[in-house]
Amino acid sequence: MDLQIALILGQDGITNGSIYALLALALVLVFAVTRVIFIPQGEFVAYGALTLAMMENGNVPGTIWLLILAGIAVTVLDGIAALRAGQVRRLGAIAGINLIYPLALLGVLSALPLGDLALPLQVLATLLIVVPLGPMMYRLVYQPIAEAPVLILLIVSVAAHVAMVGLGLLFFGAEGYRTPPFSEARFEVGPMMITGQTIWVVLSSLVLIVALALFFGRTLYGKALRATAINRTGARLMGISPALAGKLTFFLAALIGVLSGVLISPITTIYYDTGFLIGLKGFVGAIIGGLASYPIAAAGALLVGVLEAFSSFWASAYKEVIVFTLIIPVLLWRSLKSHHLEEEE
Amino acid sequence: MKLKKTLLAALGLAFAASAAHAQITVGVTVSATGPAASLGIPERNTVALMPQEIAGQRINYIILDDASDTSSAVKNIRKLVSEDRVDVVLGSTTTPNSLAMIDVAAETRTPMISWAASSRIVEPVDDKKRWVFKTPQNDAQMATAIVEHMTNNNVRTVGFIGFADAYGEGWFEQFKAIAEARGIRIVANERFNRTDTSVTGQVLKMISARPDAMFIAGSGTPAALPQKALKERGFTGKIYQTHGVANNDFLRVCGRDCEGTFLPAGPVLVAGQLPDSNPVKASALTYINAYEAVHGKGSVSTFGAHAWDSGVLLQAAIPVALKTAQPGTAEFRAALRDALENVKEAPAAHGIFSMSPTDHLGLDQRARVMVQIQNGAWKLVQ
Repeated sequence: MDLQIALILGQDGITNGSIYALLALALVLVFAVTRVIFIPQGEFVAYGALTLAMMENGNVPGTIWLLILAGIAVTVLDGIAALRAGQVRRLGAIAGINLIYPLALLGVLSALPLGDLALPLQVLATLLIVVPLGPMMYRLVYQPIAEAPVLILLIVSVAAHVAMVGLGLLFFGAEGYRTPPFSEARFEVGPMMITGQTIWVVLSSLVLIVALALFFGRTLYGKALRATAINRTGARLMGISPALAGKLTFFLAALIGVLSGVLISPITTIYYDTGFLIGLKGFVGAIIGGLASYPIAAAGALLVGVLEAFSSFWASAYKEVIVFTLIIPVLLWRSLKSHHLEEEE
Repeated sequence: MKLKKTLLAALGLAFAASAAHAQITVGVTVSATGPAASLGIPERNTVALMPQEIAGQRINYIILDDASDTSSAVKNIRKLVSEDRVDVVLGSTTTPNSLAMIDVAAETRTPMISWAASSRIVEPVDDKKRWVFKTPQNDAQMATAIVEHMTNNNVRTVGFIGFADAYGEGWFEQFKAIAEARGIRIVANERFNRTDTSVTGQVLKMISARPDAMFIAGSGTPAALPQKALKERGFTGKIYQTHGVANNDFLRVCGRDCEGTFLPAGPVLVAGQLPDSNPVKASALTYINAYEAVHGKGSVSTFGAHAWDSGVLLQAAIPVALKTAQPGTAEFRAALRDALENVKEAPAAHGIFSMSPTDHLGLDQRARVMVQIQNGAWKLVQ
């Protein structure tokens, strides 16, 4: 182990760690606002990467069908609710977002020569397809049981995860895909070689983190989410709709997941079931942050990335063991240090 | 209660009797979903192409998916033998699944043909394993081919990286034994996971040991990751892969980083390039043509061919077994087992099968060739 190897490993760890950090932030956000431990977070990574790969091969990605089906289900549910409440005028808006948007998107995608589009357009199309699945998922899966205990929400998350992995196999097949890098550039900095993609990943993560911070600090919706996270009932009394907060949270979580997927897919091969493990490493970071603190979660996730890189050098067979064992001392330390009261049951 | 039981038993008997005269029932459990899906899907597709009629008997295939899960595989074989009263079981895709199924096959005295690679499935042939056969080549056979190629090309030191599971571990054991006997030193021994996003650490360590060649023991597209990392870090020596990567998705994912890679494989992978004198050529092309007619050009994989070969074995054995017993009976299953054990010189997609009471695989050196990746295609190494 010399300095050069250490630098390369460090770079590798920080690249992966930035992705984990994004996912850790999404997990903390979802848990804080909705109390859902969002296991399917990783699936959005895989869906994002594979949808992009499908388009690169010139195929209309299968995820669009999921979007259409979920849209129909949401339209029916929301439509019935609106009719019962006598708000006939809302029907147009409901159908417009959930029914017409996915179908229009399908129309546009079928008409375009997907394989020949520029990469940024393909990424945009990926976001347009996969991100709306987030809020729809909240509407269909979590909103009906929003008041349920954390444990039930967790079990439902596991079910949603398994369902999404199965659908992923159906849409994308069992084989993995890689997408071309955003930039082929390479820079020599002292003894190390930095690839353009690494810079893309780290910078995009930083930009996203700053954007999230601004969103929560400066905008009304961001503040509404924070208020919900701090005190759900209080926020509700102040007129913040928990359903809206939930959907917005899941929108952000899906956005972060899909962007992570798009960023990481040129670095590694992504399979329909890869997302779970990536999400799980983000989860370790989120746990280090106590599922509450954003900066500690992000730092924890970076630590996971770096630890992973170095343990793969020293003891590759035990890499995962080392990474996930990290949870135990953290939990011990947290439980010894914490003195908060049990809030539930 | 008693009446109900009697009724059920009578019904069952009637059903079994009617089934016995109608057809031969073949139970299949395959890992069409889960981690082994990329192997299981072509196998499942292949079952649909297998003979629908052998020696005037209609063959009824019952296909179950075990999701690459061992306990599901055992559940499936139990269901197949107890409810569907199958005459023979095919599958499953992976070694752990197949090993777990052996007990049920032996207990119910049902012949079973596995599509998984490990030699432990059929060796040594004992009281239980006398009911078990398999079609894929042993890892040892393939490892010998690699080591032979290495010695012929003056490779003295090798860096090894394999899956951190039974596959990688098994290959390391096999490879180490054969390589060290031939004086090849393994200077680095690393592991990685199928789902890893980076193998930079392992690769740096392997390169710093400066071996003549690298050997990657992974299956399917995940095996492309270390190869890409090795190239990225400037490794220029020979790189070897196992036959676990022999499908077109691997070529697609690995791209130009895999140019020049050597691997051992079943002859079916390069059937078109085999000389006409090769006894496997015709039978391998039969499978390729049958599969590609349904699934399109270039869709064929060597994994599906293992399933096809079990069909070849059945085609050879069932006519013999029918001479002594009727399908659906324990006698037929025993006769089928004996017939399978006596299959001789049966040309299949992966080689020529000649079974014996001590060898329930029956493949010899004709079942493997060395292949190199050239211009994004498999090329037979002469």
